[in-house]
Amino acid sequence: MRARSPAVLALVLLTFSGSVAVWAQQRGGGPARPAREAAPIDLTGYWVSYVTENWRYRMVTPAKGEYRRIPVSPAALTFINNWDPAADDRAGNQCKSYGAGTIMSVPGRLHIAWQDADTLRIDTDAGTQTRLFHFSVRAAASAPSWQGESSATWERANGPDGGGSLRVVTSNVRAGYLRKNGVPYSERATVTENFDIAPLADDGRLLLVTTTVDDPVYLTGPYIVSPHFKKEPDGSKWDPTPCSSTW
Amino acid sequence: MLINLVNSRASRLATRAPRFGRFIAESLIRNSCRTAVAVVLVLLTAGRASAQFDMLGSWAPLGSEDVQNDSVPVDYLGLALTDEARIRALSYDESQKSMVERQCAGWGASYMVLGPFGLRVTSQTDPVTNRVVSITIAAWEDWNEMVIWMDGRPRPSENALHTQAGFTVGRWEGGALAARTTHVKAGFIRKTGVPLTDRATIDWRFFRHGDIMTVLMVATDPVYLVEPEIVSKGFRLSRTPLDYRAGCVTGYEGREPGDSVPHYPPDQNPFVDEFVKLYHLPREAVLGYLETLYPEYRKKIKDTYVPPPPCTDSCGQAGNFVVRR
Repeated sequence: MRARSPAVLALVLLTFSGSVAVWAQQRGGGPARPAREAAPIDLTGYWVSYVTENWRYRMVTPAKGEYRRIPVSPAALTFINNWDPAADDRAGNQCKSYGAGTIMSVPGRLHIAWQDADTLRIDTDAGTQTRLFHFSVRAAASAPSWQGESSATWERANGPDGGGSLRVVTSNVRAGYLRKNGVPYSERATVTENFDIAPLADDGRLLLVTTTVDDPVYLTGPYIVSPHFKKEPDGSKWDPTPCSSTW
Repeated sequence: MLINLVNSRASRLATRAPRFGRFIAESLIRNSCRTAVAVVLVLLTAGRASAQFDMLGSWAPLGSEDVQNDSVPVDYLGLALTDEARIRALSYDESQKSMVERQCAGWGASYMVLGPFGLRVTSQTDPVTNRVVSITIAAWEDWNEMVIWMDGRPRPSENALHTQAGFTVGRWEGGALAARTTHVKAGFIRKTGVPLTDRATIDWRFFRHGDIMTVLMVATDPVYLVEPEIVSKGFRLSRTPLDYRAGCVTGYEGREPGDSVPHYPPDQNPFVDEFVKLYHLPREAVLGYLETLYPEYRKKIKDTYVPPPPCTDSCGQAGNFVVRR
């Protein structure tokens, strides 16, 4: 009978160590797996914008000079009031309103797929942009670009049923517009995004992208929006359209 | 039952200890066995019912997205309404708020994200088990408090009382708090008179990322919505507590029982084109037609849309912004 006491203790330790192992694995302990294998949520596939918010600022081009709900700095006002889409056209800057700071709010479709085991790729049909989310460490690119450099990490849910979120931080962007009518963000802007999935009726799925734009030049505080997308069964409605300065 | 088993096993083990220490040994073994069982139980149940993030406290609204759409009488942008809903909405006259029985109709459960206010979140625990029984989002002016039951209680009968706030149950799922509201009173999904029936259900997801909480609402109504109304709104953890405000309380405002209901014939609403003209918007978008919510619609109106003249008045800074620290 005396052996039962250590047995109880061993049972407790076993249970505890098992839980710790699961806990550690959930938090990235143990050997690193490629991001594709470690994904707690599946973002791949075709998604379509469902524009129920900020309709007037996204589906049509707002009036020149309007910047409601964006915490712009005084330095931005000059740009806002002097917005000239023809000048952007002439300078080859038609994609200024399709950059990383705003592309997820542009109505259109996304195609999300793994480019390789540690790089998630998002293509947009509106403006035909490509974003690459790197899970592995990379040297920074030399020249800024519309979509900048994005580093990605999985954030695992603190629960037994799995799940989680994708966090993406983007910098090294070309200066662009938060809205089509010339509300600017600068090359010093940083875009932080969290991609979450929620279920919809009839096995549908919703992608929610909480987006925070910080810009020490043209914003007085973070600009935060959360556009969302519905999952589509395939790419049959994919319709690439080029960037436009006015539409 | 498990504790009784532990107690009897502890007694049996203790009988083998020397007589002078039997009492102490029995106590120690019993306590250690109880502790071990408690640890195992906690480990086994951890995460299954416990919070996956801390959402208690005050959350200030960010206000950087236009989800209210209530600045003019007829603005149904972003909605997918049935024809019945559109007709009812266009017949609405704001003077209905002077009727006691209609005063609170505009502030149903959905107003949590459609309104301009923040969230004050508390939780209530069972004093014996210390487990969370409910999470409460406090009332704010005309919006009544929402109690999210977390203890797995069943929903009441379909025929149970329907209230302004409805009945909400929640659970932690995939890193978010998922909740569903039913038993709402017939009211509005937009306080300018866009109707919602008492058969509506509202699914909620609360996501937290750092100091930002995004609340996702998916409202479904088999009568008045062609597709669910989906709205997400951001809040930021506030260092100062939000004020307490009372929920909607009706009061006499001059209309007597039996008085007529203020309304417009749906085809004679004088405000139907106010928003259309103000921002050069397509009428079908302002009136909440489904097709206007998808990117194809943007392409459809590309060649006919004429931007409004440059903004000269109230051009910016509506909303509650977070000042950079």
